[in-house]
Amino acid sequence: MRIGVFICKCGTNIAKTVDTEAVARKALEYPDVVYATDYMYTCSEPGQEEIREAITKHRLQGVVVAACTPRMHEPTFRRAVEKAGLNRYMFEQANIREHVSWVNNDRESNTLKAMDLVHMAVEKLRLNHPLFSSKVPINKRVLVIGGGVAGIQAALDCSEGGLDVVMVEREATIGGKMAKLDKTFPTIDCSSCILGPKMVDISQKENISLHAYSEIESVSGYIGNFKVKIRKKATYVDWNACTGCGECTQKCPSKKTHDKFNEGLGSTTAINIPFPQAIPKRARINAESCLYLTKGKCRKCEKVCPADAIRFDMEDEIITEEVGAIVVATGYDMFDYSVYGEYGGGRYPDVITSLQYERILSASGPYGGHIVRPSDGREPKDIVFLSCVGSRDASVGRPYCSGVCCMYIAKQAIITRDHLPDCNCYVSYMDIRSPGKNYDEFVRRAQEEYGINYIRGRVGKIYPKGNRLIVQGVDTLMGVQMDIEADLVVLATGLEASDGARELAEKLRISYDQYGWYMESHPKLRPVETNTAGVYLAGVCQGPKDIPASVAQGSAAAAKVLVLFSRDTIETDPQVAFVNERVCISCGKCIEVCPFGAIQWKTLRDGSQKAEVLPTVCQGCGLCNATCPPKAVQLQHCTDDQILAEVNAVCE
Amino acid sequence: MGRLNVLFPQKTCDTDFIRRVEKESRQNIVKCYQCGNCTASCIYTDVYDYPVNQIMRLVQLGQKDTVLKARSIWLCANCQACTTRCPCNIDVAGVMKVLRTMSFEEGAVSIRNIQVFYDEFLNSVKTFGRLFESGLIVMYNLKAKKPFTDVDLVPRVLMKGKLALKPPEIKGKKEVADIFERFKEYQKKSHKD
Repeated sequence: MRIGVFICKCGTNIAKTVDTEAVARKALEYPDVVYATDYMYTCSEPGQEEIREAITKHRLQGVVVAACTPRMHEPTFRRAVEKAGLNRYMFEQANIREHVSWVNNDRESNTLKAMDLVHMAVEKLRLNHPLFSSKVPINKRVLVIGGGVAGIQAALDCSEGGLDVVMVEREATIGGKMAKLDKTFPTIDCSSCILGPKMVDISQKENISLHAYSEIESVSGYIGNFKVKIRKKATYVDWNACTGCGECTQKCPSKKTHDKFNEGLGSTTAINIPFPQAIPKRARINAESCLYLTKGKCRKCEKVCPADAIRFDMEDEIITEEVGAIVVATGYDMFDYSVYGEYGGGRYPDVITSLQYERILSASGPYGGHIVRPSDGREPKDIVFLSCVGSRDASVGRPYCSGVCCMYIAKQAIITRDHLPDCNCYVSYMDIRSPGKNYDEFVRRAQEEYGINYIRGRVGKIYPKGNRLIVQGVDTLMGVQMDIEADLVVLATGLEASDGARELAEKLRISYDQYGWYMESHPKLRPVETNTAGVYLAGVCQGPKDIPASVAQGSAAAAKVLVLFSRDTIETDPQVAFVNERVCISCGKCIEVCPFGAIQWKTLRDGSQKAEVLPTVCQGCGLCNATCPPKAVQLQHCTDDQILAEVNAVCE
Repeated sequence: MGRLNVLFPQKTCDTDFIRRVEKESRQNIVKCYQCGNCTASCIYTDVYDYPVNQIMRLVQLGQKDTVLKARSIWLCANCQACTTRCPCNIDVAGVMKVLRTMSFEEGAVSIRNIQVFYDEFLNSVKTFGRLFESGLIVMYNLKAKKPFTDVDLVPRVLMKGKLALKPPEIKGKKEVADIFERFKEYQKKSHKD
């Protein structure tokens, strides 16, 4: 083989602490190397041109570039060698920037290490073979997980683009957290009025099929061809028959059921429809509080249902959907306020969360939109809002800013003053974070026009006095402690990754950070992609954000899906496992360990059975290779021989 | 001492002081983002000259003289409410304790009687091997120039046997006194370093 070696200086990034000229000289001593040089920016257009020229001039059969990480420029260089007529897999990249020049300043040892890395790359390249990818058709259907505003936006955009959309929502209705909000900042427009039409669109578009009250059971396959098992949880109501008339909810005698949609304020019936604008507007029986399902007696709803839709014998059903791409938009949950014992959330009925307060403000909420205290139904005279409850607090494991609380506190306080002009509103804040269009103006308006009192400092504790609450805080601008008597305290609880986010990530094989937020492929340049091809992110599941940002990300994810689906086929990665049938002992261990179901039995003409890899399903993880006793399964482009050649090179 | 009204950070910032407080309290002072929860939770803030969040701020700014002469550090009851509720996991009460020690060592204790009490307490332990309470009260009252403080309580506590008139007799009196000597040696040595 005739090998050419190109050492990149990367400006001064590499050249500052690596003698690139010496590395190039040394490279000429390695076997099969016929040409070696260093260059200022190998990734630049003239740099690539130099590689192409050298391939022709020196009749090179393989190329090694020592530069940055292959995650950065491997595709660039592979295209460059391909343009010069080589197979793209006759290329190796040695990482002498992230692994050498950026991590150590000692020029001498850096140069030696760079030489070793180049030597390893050369030895590996000597055993490379041309590989060719195959093409598989793309299934042009998309799965959207989560029916909040981000998922709705992604689904509608995909639907408009002509794609078949499957939407899976865990709750009985789509709409997510936004459906629970009364108004939205900074325009104070009604949340359900702007979200409602989009929700209706989801139910009416013919190319969107909605599975509400369903969860993802398992995901297999790969980009273009995912197979998703969906658990349709038992609702005990036949949704094809149910008309959403609500007759059953009037007659249900089990009236003490926890009202999840109203955040536990008030109660609801065992058979219920979450809220008037629910999509789908179908009744569901809560099996934990239904008298018939718990005690075996009642069946009132069955008697009154005009559509005969009640099915007490219903069970969970698993269905399978085949899709080509997945948009994950699973949103968030609110921080558990009872972690702060000193605030008494959960113990004092008039210490509530911000989402509970949204339900109090909402006309469809438990109190019909009248601001009253949950404890005695009295109108409050003084309300204190506490910011950063479960945000920016390392002591409870939530050091991040939730990003939306400052704004929704201002909104809630403004609406409060609109409803009850005599009610005093106090906001205890640490910093006001309002970096959005018209956001800071909105917070200023809360103070200047609505007379809301902003107090700079956290609150130490809350304790009852008579039927009021004492909020013991501080005004750090004055350096004084401050006791405020309040009728109602609203804790601006922060956002956290939704319950089950980690489990779903493992099913989807996407990564998440220490708080459970899903990891984007690149924090700046690939904000909606994940590291698993064909899986995209939208909304808060990727990190706290407000409605405009969630919607923008929903649209961005949809655009990515449409780009992917603009082709009819995708090329598979040929760096997959391959079975040498003459060595295979037919033990079947590889079939057992393969996490992707990519290996199956193959019967040869003599009747013997051998393992066979399905190259389009194989993800190239290498588990089979590590397991195979006679090493009959080899990972192409990373064979045992190649690894040993590299080890030999570095140990020489 | 008047309150600090104007600050010239480049002139008066004592970075060695910050490092020493951090080292001895094993806390990262820069973590404090001034939310004020310590002051909000403080039971004695009404008698402080600087509320505890400002003490933390003064340490961040390296204002050694102001901090070590503050009354607040001596009025702190070490109840740990600040430590418990600090969202940044800083042991604020621990920092206050370190500041007290430093203030004592530097002779910067702003409340004279506090210095007197500490001196007499340690003297008593050094002399008798353990605390002789009656003796301490008498010496403290005399040196604090308020000899008749709490005199009205004397008959009652004596009757109940709460106070002994004779100094305690314990084994190892000399060994206890030796601790003080060793500490003196240690201090001398560490000052040399």
